[in-house]
Amino acid sequence: MTTTLVRPTEDAKLRVMKNENWTKAVYETNGLNLWYGTAHALKNIDLSINEKEVTAIIGPSGCGKSTYLKTLNRMVENVGDVTISGNVTFMGNNILGKAMSVELLRSKVGMVFQKPNPFPKSIYENVAYGPKIHGIRNKAMLDMIVEDSLRKAALWDEVKDRLNKSAYSLSGGQQQRLCIARCLAVDPEVILMDEPTSALDPVSTHKVEELIRTIKNDVTIAIVTHNMQQAARISDRTAFFLNGEIVECDRTSTLFSTPTDERTEDYINGRFG
Amino acid sequence: MDRVLQSKINRRLTKDSAMKWLFGAVVAAVLGITFFLFYGIGADGVGRLNLSFFTNFGSRFPEKAGIKAALVGTLALMAVVIPVSMFLGLCSAIYLEEYAKKNKWTAFIEMNISNLAGVPSVVFGLLGLTVFVRALLLGNSILAAGLTMSLLILPIIIVASQEALRSVPDTLREASYGMGATKWQTIIHVILPSATGSILTGSILSFSRAIGETAPLIVLGIPVIVQFLPTGPLSTFTALPMQIYDWAKRPQPEFADAASAGIIVLMVLLITMNGFAIYFRNRSEKKLKS
Repeated sequence: MTTTLVRPTEDAKLRVMKNENWTKAVYETNGLNLWYGTAHALKNIDLSINEKEVTAIIGPSGCGKSTYLKTLNRMVENVGDVTISGNVTFMGNNILGKAMSVELLRSKVGMVFQKPNPFPKSIYENVAYGPKIHGIRNKAMLDMIVEDSLRKAALWDEVKDRLNKSAYSLSGGQQQRLCIARCLAVDPEVILMDEPTSALDPVSTHKVEELIRTIKNDVTIAIVTHNMQQAARISDRTAFFLNGEIVECDRTSTLFSTPTDERTEDYINGRFG
Repeated sequence: MDRVLQSKINRRLTKDSAMKWLFGAVVAAVLGITFFLFYGIGADGVGRLNLSFFTNFGSRFPEKAGIKAALVGTLALMAVVIPVSMFLGLCSAIYLEEYAKKNKWTAFIEMNISNLAGVPSVVFGLLGLTVFVRALLLGNSILAAGLTMSLLILPIIIVASQEALRSVPDTLREASYGMGATKWQTIIHVILPSATGSILTGSILSFSRAIGETAPLIVLGIPVIVQFLPTGPLSTFTALPMQIYDWAKRPQPEFADAASAGIIVLMVLLITMNGFAIYFRNRSEKKLKS
């Protein structure tokens, strides 16, 4: 199996060549192990993330769910002393190999973080950042991308009159939706969300969840969450992590109604975690 | 009520107000000394601050002595110091903070840079004399003095820039890398714009140190009485602190007035630069907030 990767180009639509044995799963993970120094953080993870679905990853603190998410765009390597074995493919391309350019991978896979982290720039510049670093200079094109992304993120009506104001003038919830708009601006295949609502109030949380429901028609979403009700509300499939292992992964409705593993049942019923 | 507790509290309150008076008195003393210093210099020097003071070269006759050569020399010196020290300092800081792995070696290098900031300026003068003036045959030129001064303030600029880069939150770096930006794109579009204010503040303060330094210039053999303006980077020159030092040690009291006038010019230059530093800091803080 040989894979051809396109380096980031001037082209607006960055394309990853779809591998011949690529099927419905955007991400396939097989036998993934990860160590921080000598600490074994992920143990034999097998998991697929399906196209145009919301996959929720739940589990108690320190179970490796964020680590797994950060492996999917290789941000985990920025932490420091990390050893990875196993196999992770993104649309049929091995992402752990030397041939994979992380810049290309990350321009196809956006990430939304726990705390809203807009750049200290204007609202417009925040959304235009991704297209600009990938070589789009045309002002009309940028204007279009910014408006389109902000509309998709359900933020356009709130900010259209103050696009040149600092992103820090927005509320926390608006900032998080701006971060989602910033991801959408590079037209990603997948958005990884690492507890995107844990720093937000219930109303803002609701808006972000609404947003996830609408954008999942266009992008695949993997979301790490502490909040089991949230997983139940918005996800199609749920994976339950515990101590670096996957205990169970199933359709969300099945996992929450009839979990097969006792530990899953205990966790979703609030007996621990 | 509780007499014992009340008397204990009274003792504490006495101590409280005593400390307030102590700190207030220290501030008043410092302000008083500074005021007398400025007053003395102002009273002596203001009379000499006329146009001919700025248009005359140095002279044996105190009434004819002016700072034309010294002022132009100092500005020419800064024209070398600012670009050289900024370029070297910023590049070093970016490498150490953003590229270099954090290990024993980088810790060792950073410790040495901090120590260099404490080395007496006369030592840098000797280094400049050996390397720039003699080995590289630059003579007692603007370039030789500029390079020496750049080395002198380089550690301060590196440390200040590193602190500025370190204060940029990692969440911004993550956001940028998460979009597929390269390291350089992240540095130039996200990190540097956020750190510029603090980098400029630290750098400008160190430039004002370079303006006021005298010892390295003496060691380099920079002349005092120069009857021409510098013609290029390899031209010899004199600088404000050299000129002031020379006037101050002459016996005629009229030269003391000229020295005071020179100090006023130097102070105005320094206060202007510090004003710029404060302006840049406020502007970058405002930019981050609103």
